[in-house]
Amino acid sequence: MAIETLAVQLSGIEKRFPGVIANHDVNLNVRAGTIHAIVGENGAGKSTLMKTLYGMHQPEAGTIHVFGEQHVFKSPSDAIAAGIGMVHQHFMLADNLTVLENIVLGSEPSARGLIKYDTARSELERVMEQSGTHVDLDAPVSQLGVGQRQRVEILKVLFRGAKILILDEPTAVLVPQEVDELFDNLHRLVAEGATVIFISHKLDEVLAVSDDITVIRAGTTVAEVKPDAVTRSNLAELMVGSELPSPHGRTSKVGTEVRLRVNGLTVAGIGKKDVLEHVSFEVHEGEVLGIAGVEGNGQFELCETIIGLTKPISGSIVIGGDDVTHTSPHERLIGGLSYIPFDRHREGLLLDAPLWENTLLGRDADEQFRKGLFVDAAAARSDSRSIIEDFDVRTPSETVPAYALSGGNQQKLLVGRELSSHPRVLIAAHPTRGVDIGAQAAIWEKLRTARDEGLAVLLISADLEELIGLSDQIVVMFDGRITARLSPAEATPELLGTYMTGGVQEVAS
Amino acid sequence: MSLPDTEGFGEVPDPTPDADINRRHSRAPKPWLVTLASSLAAVGIALVIAGILLAITGKNPIDAYSKMLDAGLQKNKLLETMQRATPFMIAAVAVAIGFKMNLFNIGVEGQFLMGMFFAAIAGAYVHLPAPLHVTFCLLVAMTAGAAWAGIAAVLKVRRGVNEVIATIMLNMIALSVIDWMFNEKFRYEGPSLDVKTKPLPPTAWMPDIVKNRLGSFIIIALLVVLLFWLVVYKSRFGFRLRASGLNAVAARTAGISSNRMIIIAMLMSGAVAGLAGMPSLLGDTHAYGPTRPDGYGFQGIAVALLGRNSPLGIVVAALLFGFLDSVQGPLQLTGIPSSIVQVIKAIILLTVVIVNEVVGRRVAKRTADRTAAALAIPMVVAA
Repeated sequence: MAIETLAVQLSGIEKRFPGVIANHDVNLNVRAGTIHAIVGENGAGKSTLMKTLYGMHQPEAGTIHVFGEQHVFKSPSDAIAAGIGMVHQHFMLADNLTVLENIVLGSEPSARGLIKYDTARSELERVMEQSGTHVDLDAPVSQLGVGQRQRVEILKVLFRGAKILILDEPTAVLVPQEVDELFDNLHRLVAEGATVIFISHKLDEVLAVSDDITVIRAGTTVAEVKPDAVTRSNLAELMVGSELPSPHGRTSKVGTEVRLRVNGLTVAGIGKKDVLEHVSFEVHEGEVLGIAGVEGNGQFELCETIIGLTKPISGSIVIGGDDVTHTSPHERLIGGLSYIPFDRHREGLLLDAPLWENTLLGRDADEQFRKGLFVDAAAARSDSRSIIEDFDVRTPSETVPAYALSGGNQQKLLVGRELSSHPRVLIAAHPTRGVDIGAQAAIWEKLRTARDEGLAVLLISADLEELIGLSDQIVVMFDGRITARLSPAEATPELLGTYMTGGVQEVAS
Repeated sequence: MSLPDTEGFGEVPDPTPDADINRRHSRAPKPWLVTLASSLAAVGIALVIAGILLAITGKNPIDAYSKMLDAGLQKNKLLETMQRATPFMIAAVAVAIGFKMNLFNIGVEGQFLMGMFFAAIAGAYVHLPAPLHVTFCLLVAMTAGAAWAGIAAVLKVRRGVNEVIATIMLNMIALSVIDWMFNEKFRYEGPSLDVKTKPLPPTAWMPDIVKNRLGSFIIIALLVVLLFWLVVYKSRFGFRLRASGLNAVAARTAGISSNRMIIIAMLMSGAVAGLAGMPSLLGDTHAYGPTRPDGYGFQGIAVALLGRNSPLGIVVAALLFGFLDSVQGPLQLTGIPSSIVQVIKAIILLTVVIVNEVVGRRVAKRTADRTAAALAIPMVVAA
């Protein structure tokens, strides 16, 4: 293939990082005017590669050609100048500004120190017309939904004159219906002459939308295929290098004892609206109750309220027969509640502390770890070593600081800590988010084992396959309420997606 | 879960057996060694910079430093070093307690003055047998220091006021309050011409270990450092305190109330700070007057930073600062401006902060590298 027809050509890219799998010998050829998918498991190095292409860090080896010309990107502004734009997985918008202000931010057309909003507006209207991507330019970003925010991000990139768009897991935050809209948009962009690099680990989407597919595994490109030449399972095998583990395999015996009962829980929000409205459910011994929902519909507040960090206005929380509504978080933890939090770095770990102090966190009141007023460091360290072994945390020792571990190993350590206190109820919020496939399978296995031993699990996940595979019952949260209850047998990602967007409500609140 | 078939590549070794992993890890330098080396480097850099300054002003830096060493290493000067280090140690522990909870207590200055003033007043008006009288004065000083720091803690917990701003302002207020109370109420009209509070009765005096050279308060200071180590690094409470300091959100999620920790840490910090003026009050002046000592709070911040908040580090750093202060006098006699000592201290503070930052980043990166290397992350080579 002649180099001139390629929008992007990466050859022999190598990028090394401590603790995570870096890129090694990566070769990527993206034809101009196509949608090129890059697939790979979480942690395979897709995002690292795209950051290299976008100039966010520099590779140790390898070359980058854009439209046949070799470039060295020292910073994203170099990449932008070469016509590359990136839509990040986590949106980077200023909530209190309007759409127009957000889009021009950083590249304002101006005259004599004043921003020429009229010029910007007419330019943007042209871009919107061409790309078929429409948003209300005067709406404050805070009022936009996730799908619309993504469109703002795309417009922002187009406004800067990008010819090559990198979309990092653009569908991770969208429900199925929004995904279809996004894909229509992408097709339109390509028809107008743009090139799209689309990163995903969702195979169905990749097969449906892309012209070419490059597979990344363990940091390196392992194959380039055409979507019509492979099946879903071919692609999965290329990605994983072996058979795909699955969250399925339910043999659970749900007991009769109610371990966690949440009754009519209402929590006030910052504005007028309540963030939780009359939420009620029960989780039994040996049961996994899955909570589906687009993030930000009250799941976080629900968890914070159950563990006691937020006080409800009304309603009650009963753990194993004890009403804990008015007790402190500490009392609830002692009473057999465990929590795998949403964000392991923010809420779960002491990154600068050694692993053994991390496994001790929240458990130092336990008899086995105390010698009077003092910490029994020897006991805490040996306990930490057994967690490291049981949960297959890859680390040279328990004295390594937590920041030195890769995300998957940090998460295994965290899950290990929470399960090691032998809880009666576990709240697991995104227990396998952002971890590699091996860690994911290990965590699923541990959760299943604990459930079989009678643990009641409240599972919050954005991974619908994980939810359907692990749960005994699924409820959908939308806008602070439970809007549907279904069994995993009847739940499909599409059906959940419909409920998650509030399109249909099965249960009146 | 077994890993896919792999081939090691480049310099990453093959997956290593456990013994090898341990060996690799133990090769990493000990953390205290890194701390010591980087602190020494910071002091060294500071001496070089100060030397350049001396050279610019036309003095021979080698000559100046050798005179400092000559003067400082005499027995009397070594005792004076320890005497001068005593309040620095105490103030540094007060600052370090705050740092461990991620609080920057700049108010040690005001807290120690409050402690000293109230101990001077209360101690002068009670009559107790000697050991009890000393204990009473110490308790009053700690209470006053803690109360003053407590204001900043309550403001932070209740109103979200940043403790840095609150304690800076409380320093100013402490000075004004003390001056006002002293001038209005507690100026003692005694036989001597000195302007002072009523002198403490001899039962409240602390004896010298070496007459006029070294007070016995050094023992209390070392005990404070020891207690600091036990409470912050070894106790369950200290674990929670450090956890809250490292990541307040994670600690909260684990059932540790960070507001409670803020209050307790500030009270403890203030109580220790209250003691910093006591070596002078109980061991030397026996009364409070306008010629009070000052700057302990700020020196304490520098010492805590130089000693990296570690007990041993604080003792060493306090001795270094005590040494520098003790050679100030002799230096002046040799024609070298004694203010160079203050310049050296200030440069040390700056270099320590910079070196800590640089070394901290490098250590973090190397630790992560070593961990990754020890695990020999296997790479799948393209088919």
